[in-house]
Amino acid sequence: MIGLPHYLIVSAALFSLGLLGVLTRRNAVNVLMGIELILNSANLNLVAFSRYGPGNLQGQLFAIFVVVIAAAEVAVALAIVLTMYRLRRTPNLDEADFLRG
Amino acid sequence: MSPEAVIFYVFAAITVAAAAVVVLARSLIYSAFALLFAFFGVAGLYELLGADFLAATQLLIYVGGILVLLLFGVMLTHKLYDLDLRSEVTQFLPGLFVCAGTFGLLALTAVKTRWATGPGRPPAATTADIGRLFMGSYLLPFEAASVLLLVALMGAAMIVRRKRDA
Repeated sequence: MIGLPHYLIVSAALFSLGLLGVLTRRNAVNVLMGIELILNSANLNLVAFSRYGPGNLQGQLFAIFVVVIAAAEVAVALAIVLTMYRLRRTPNLDEADFLRG
Repeated sequence: MSPEAVIFYVFAAITVAAAAVVVLARSLIYSAFALLFAFFGVAGLYELLGADFLAATQLLIYVGGILVLLLFGVMLTHKLYDLDLRSEVTQFLPGLFVCAGTFGLLALTAVKTRWATGPGRPPAATTADIGRLFMGSYLLPFEAASVLLLVALMGAAMIVRRKRDA
């Protein structure tokens, strides 16, 4: 019998892998992929609680809002990455030290 | 094992394995294509949870939109003759420690906690109800999300625009 903890564990694995990507990758686009994994894990949690919880649709609605915000976030983040590449000729995050005094 | 369990384990394995490839692959292109399978696996899990509209949304927006956008990002931030598209890894061992600790903690919480599960929602078509909720009690967040999308797209276009005198 598949229950709520099964989905929570899959979601925890997705979150940890996304966190690993964010922490260890130098390439900005790859870090964005890690962020997408983290957002997907949060969405999976919301839908799982919506399914096994009070029996209404609010978790799924929240998940749809998260998808909308993820789309906006990727658009803006890629714009910033492209601008950074144009200025520095590198997609690596640790070389983007424009604000260092 | 029941058919539901078999389907769950298949989709969970696809999702987690693809996410691991996303994080660990040497090449950015491999990462992007593994991300496709990760999104696909999550869509399958949504379907299994009875969220049919959300599964379709996941496929349309993530696979059709966000993934293509990320691939554009990969292509535009590398030189054209740069064929291998490597992505370097830094601080792998500390990151691995942090992530293993996080996963252990989250999995322990998921298993040990006695979740207050309710009656649950039996799998049924959700699209009509979601539409009614969006046009009813969630109208204000819905409109705010549309304005947010518009502002984000305009802002992204403004940020990448080339200055005329530069």
